[in-house]
Amino acid sequence: MTDAKQIIDETVKSNDVVLYMKGTKEMPQCGFSSRVAGVLNYLGVDYVDVNVLADEGIRQGIKDYSDWPTIPQLYVKGEFVGGCDIIVEMTLSGELDTMFDDNSVTYDKDAANKIREANA
Amino acid sequence: MPMQTHEIEALIRETFPDAKITVTDTAGDGNHFAAEVVDESFRGKNRVQQQRAVYAALKGKMDGSHGELHALALSTRAPE
Repeated sequence: MTDAKQIIDETVKSNDVVLYMKGTKEMPQCGFSSRVAGVLNYLGVDYVDVNVLADEGIRQGIKDYSDWPTIPQLYVKGEFVGGCDIIVEMTLSGELDTMFDDNSVTYDKDAANKIREANA
Repeated sequence: MPMQTHEIEALIRETFPDAKITVTDTAGDGNHFAAEVVDESFRGKNRVQQQRAVYAALKGKMDGSHGELHALALSTRAPE
């Protein structure tokens, strides 16, 4: 396995929630990354953010690792969950809450409900 | 070189001949698109599997650094 893939493999397996994104959780540098980071921040999820813009090897490696061509990419307990569209859909449908519950990831349930109410 | 909506639709159509495909240029710049694909082959598949298949249909247009297609908001489902 190339070192990029090894680094990625170790990162996603040793952290409950990892978001590969453009920029950082405080300073996202792409609309899609900003949207997913925004949801996770609003829900108070504790996650590791990896700035793919800082490392071209990781930027390409993550796309090969998950066989998914775009950034951002969210991982929970080592599993690829999806990109921006999927996370937004799961947030609005409540599937994200279920997945977090199933994986004992702490988050703010009221905040999740507020997002849904705001988008109803 | 920006893409056209019909090019994207044609690419998706190659892999999903019977699908209902709706592609819109969301920013009017030939770079930001939204595509909805409704196809029987998605039945029983989760969203990641469905969208992976659509990205594969786009044959690398998405991910190259020269990626003609910077942003494609995807929504996929099986027909009701």
